[in-house]
Amino acid sequence: MDTVFGMDAIVFWIIATMALVNVTGALLGTFLVLRRMSLLGDAISHAVLPGLALAFMLTGTREPFPMLAGAMAAGLLTALLTHLIHRYANVPEDAAMGVVFTSLFALGVVMITRVASHVDLDPGCVLYGVLESAALDTRTVFGMEIPRVAVTLSATFLVTVAFVALFWKELKIVSFDPQLATTLGINADRVHYLLMGLVAAFTVAAFEAVGSILVVAMLIAPAATAFLLTDRLHWMTLIAAATGILIAILGRNIAAVYDAPVAGMASVVAGGLFLLAVLFAPRYGVVARRLAQVRLGLRISGEDLLGLAYRWQESGARTPLTASGALDAAGGGVASRAALWLLRRAGLLVKSGDGLRLTASGEERASRLVHRHRLWEAYLAKHLPLPDDHLHSPADRMEHFMDSDLQRQVEEQVPEPHGPSGAPR
Amino acid sequence: MTATQEKGIVEDTIASGAPPLEIHDMTVAYQRRPVLWDIDLQLPEGRLIAIIGPNGAGKSTLIKAALGLVPRASGRVEVYGKPIEKQLSLIGYVPQRESVDWDFPVSVLDVVMMGRYGRLGWFRRPGREDRDAAMDCLRKVALQDFAGRQISQLSGGQQQRVFLARALAQEARLYFMDEPFAGVDAATEQAILTILQELRSHGRTVVVVHHSLQTVREYFDHVVLLNMRVVAHGPIEEVFTEENLRNTYGGRLPLLEQAADAVQRRSV
Amino acid sequence: MSGPAPWLAVLALAAVQAALFALVGAERLLGWVQTACASAGLPYNTVMVLAGSGLLGVSSAVIGSYAVLRRRSLIGDAVAHAALPGIALAYLMARERNFFLLLLGALVSGVLGAMVISWLRQSTRTRQDAAIGLVLSVFFGLGIVLTSAVQRDPSGAHAGLEGFLLGKTAGLVSQDLLLIAVTSANILLLVWLFQKEFLLLSFDPGFAAVQRWPVPALDILMMTLLVAATVIGLPAVGVVLMAAMLIIPGVAARFWTDRLAALLPLSGAIGLGSAVGGTYVSSIREGMPTGPVIVLAAAAVCLFSMFAAPRRGIAAGVVRRLQMQERVARQNLLRSLYELVEESPDSAVTAEDVAGKRSWSVADAMKLLRRAEARGEVRRTMDGRWTLTDLGLQRALDVVRAHRLWELYLVEQASIAADHVDRDADELEHILPPEMLHQLEDRLKQKGRWPEDRVPASVHPLEGAAREGR
Repeated sequence: MDTVFGMDAIVFWIIATMALVNVTGALLGTFLVLRRMSLLGDAISHAVLPGLALAFMLTGTREPFPMLAGAMAAGLLTALLTHLIHRYANVPEDAAMGVVFTSLFALGVVMITRVASHVDLDPGCVLYGVLESAALDTRTVFGMEIPRVAVTLSATFLVTVAFVALFWKELKIVSFDPQLATTLGINADRVHYLLMGLVAAFTVAAFEAVGSILVVAMLIAPAATAFLLTDRLHWMTLIAAATGILIAILGRNIAAVYDAPVAGMASVVAGGLFLLAVLFAPRYGVVARRLAQVRLGLRISGEDLLGLAYRWQESGARTPLTASGALDAAGGGVASRAALWLLRRAGLLVKSGDGLRLTASGEERASRLVHRHRLWEAYLAKHLPLPDDHLHSPADRMEHFMDSDLQRQVEEQVPEPHGPSGAPR
Repeated sequence: MTATQEKGIVEDTIASGAPPLEIHDMTVAYQRRPVLWDIDLQLPEGRLIAIIGPNGAGKSTLIKAALGLVPRASGRVEVYGKPIEKQLSLIGYVPQRESVDWDFPVSVLDVVMMGRYGRLGWFRRPGREDRDAAMDCLRKVALQDFAGRQISQLSGGQQQRVFLARALAQEARLYFMDEPFAGVDAATEQAILTILQELRSHGRTVVVVHHSLQTVREYFDHVVLLNMRVVAHGPIEEVFTEENLRNTYGGRLPLLEQAADAVQRRSV
Repeated sequence: MSGPAPWLAVLALAAVQAALFALVGAERLLGWVQTACASAGLPYNTVMVLAGSGLLGVSSAVIGSYAVLRRRSLIGDAVAHAALPGIALAYLMARERNFFLLLLGALVSGVLGAMVISWLRQSTRTRQDAAIGLVLSVFFGLGIVLTSAVQRDPSGAHAGLEGFLLGKTAGLVSQDLLLIAVTSANILLLVWLFQKEFLLLSFDPGFAAVQRWPVPALDILMMTLLVAATVIGLPAVGVVLMAAMLIIPGVAARFWTDRLAALLPLSGAIGLGSAVGGTYVSSIREGMPTGPVIVLAAAAVCLFSMFAAPRRGIAAGVVRRLQMQERVARQNLLRSLYELVEESPDSAVTAEDVAGKRSWSVADAMKLLRRAEARGEVRRTMDGRWTLTDLGLQRALDVVRAHRLWELYLVEQASIAADHVDRDADELEHILPPEMLHQLEDRLKQKGRWPEDRVPASVHPLEGAAREGR
């Protein structure tokens, strides 16, 4: 075998193996992240070590099945012990987890160095993984040469997909509200420990290939990325899985360029993608929020300027509204200047002589705005009888946010839209 | 109040005639959702003042925003005529009971002693005088026998009294108390009330977030009716009227809620 | 309270130490220690290793205790992992194994990691657990990438960076150990200086802010000390197990004490003991890695504390629960007997009657009755039935009275009683003011539920109840 799908076979299998890891991790991670248990993945991936060592001591082989069984036992033990210590010894949950997994890891290291020092359960490979060489260790399945790790990982992947599909409803409710789940007759504990067992199995199946760090990264990063991009569980699962595949492709290719370890680079790529989502997610991204704030500020300043110009003209003032006066009244600063510039560019406000004047379209926009303002004032005056001087500022702000639906409702409550203040301020 | 308590007050930071608390045009938003709109308040000195309003009206938020514990979107807060940030040494604070971890390894006396930390300054350890002052405060809330107990071994009412004693140890002019009567037993309710009245008789001003309408008239002199904005405030006999209460509780101002939603939606 | 004074003091502390160090020099300082060891007849190398790891054990345990109490245990784990890229980068820049620079790099990237966690938690939608996990794995991934670059570098093949992954005290030279010891001592000094401030910050940051303490600055200081302890621990115990050095001693110490002032020294002592013990064991036994042995020692102490500690331990809890069950069963038996007597004046009952009153089996009822007999509260009549003795009746009256008052209180004062539902009925008179107690008694009498004394009372009922309740 030299090429698969026109790709170098080794490259293909590296990417395929990692994609299997990442997608499985993303599916499981979605529920860990939602349940605020991301770190159980980290804990379990370290704590499986004594399970592996024990399995080896008992069977004397490194066959996958005993290893998997040992690891799952140790993984479940971690989840169980953490819970018990938290519950019965009154230790905060994060501290309980820290105590359990580090102690088990320490035990594992001692067991390995004492009993199995001649076996290549090298701690370094536990952290890094040996993806590059694992792709060479193949066996034949259905006449195709497939890396041994890919076979195990495919099995884990299929079991995970089946688990998520079968228990979708339960997982959804348990992640959302475990207490509700219990009242609905869903055994939250059983779902929890099934999930933990799968996480443990996944950890073992994956870490020989990619190392425990990438396992931890994949249990958290794709799901956390997806969480920034959507509010819907099914979308979150799909986006997380897609992110996992993207990480596999980018991670392998960037690692090749810099001749770096694939697993390490994949974690970095995962972090990079997450950072992109943190910054640029459409709804929850830092940039989007900042931009929305700026846009809102501009709109409010602009509408304030329009309202001011309208009231000025309405009052029939003799002197023209000067630009500097208007800017001061709209709060001054860069935002008002920018807003004024935008209004003039949009042709709503023009400069005539030494003052500002509304155009026809500007006047129409402004009159709608002032109408809304007075509606809101009337509403407040009707329901919260306060001295007049208290009315202006909230109404001032509210008019910018009133959409047509809200406006209609206010109109229903305040049949005659006449504001208490008609005169310019 | 003891003599040391009187002495502890820095008289020159109190501009004569300025009210103990003045809030101008304060707006507060959580996650960009406005929870308090344009609060304007001026509270009189030496009174017991209740802040009341329905759930979600922003009662606790009003206190926290005034103290600077949650950011204010706009507005300014003055204590005795100066910005509150400069006057914090005049302020005593009783937070909500749920705001701390009661399993934390400290004794009752340790917690009360924290009230003295402010005047101790950096690095200085509390001494005998502070210990005595803290014990005095514990005696006032009738918990002197519990001084050495770990705080999780107290009932809810006793925990509330510990917080009250800690605030007393601050020897303040103006007290903010966040729901001190919430979920306490009858004995504690009485003890707290006695202390509030004693504070008033020494000219202290106490602002209390309160949840029970039945006891307002009996316990307080002054009331602030709050529902996202100040519906009314003033002496009980003038302001605590059925109409104002209806405006605060009954009206619910659904459109104000909706408006807050609109603001949040548009500014996300 | 803010003001720059404390921060200037911290800087001055650092400056004085740096000056002293420059003046004396590490070589001469170590020379003195060597001479001192020689004159005391102690092995110099062992003393250095034990002193370094011991101080490390104390400082990480002390600063870690705060993290445990603030529910931030696992940030230490993330920070330990986040230090790796800093180490590799420092090596790539210095091109030599300068221990001080490596640790400085680790400190910088560790603090950066900690700050990223805070930022993600505060300003984005990411929750704390995911933020910790992300920083941990992504920074560590970057560390792996950079480390592989170090290893490809001709000078870097023997940089010994692997030592940071699992830790190896054997690989440390005297100068390294000196640096570890000095840093540990400084951490302890600062914790001691800021004792009061750290207590307030950990217990109630909101109150601290109202008292004008600079909460964010104190928070950063505490975080930096945590990172510093982590960073100096890495070469000794390694990335994964550093978290254990921070968490386990604090968790173990918490079982024994309810006072922070006692918890910190105790936690430090556990850290010291396990570090020194672990280092010693691994130095005399071939093939025992230092880090894991230290952690296992600490874990053993923690396990022991968890079960055996007098008040918070699991064993004590079990005993308490059994005693409670016993007490409740006894009170229930007395109440059942009294109520049976109240209904049927012939005043002797069978075990079946008692069992029927509760959801007990007859065998259970028999067992309880025999125990009550041993206490002299009941006696058997001629026909094998049971009747209350005078003592038993007196005690039963107290129990019933307290119970009925309690029921009434819960029903009539439900709104303020919510706080007490988990309380024992006979603590009533401690909780309620006397006037309310009298009111409740009157109400009970009105309702005809006041238990009638059937024998001449030897003591006043309420006094009796109060005495029993203690």
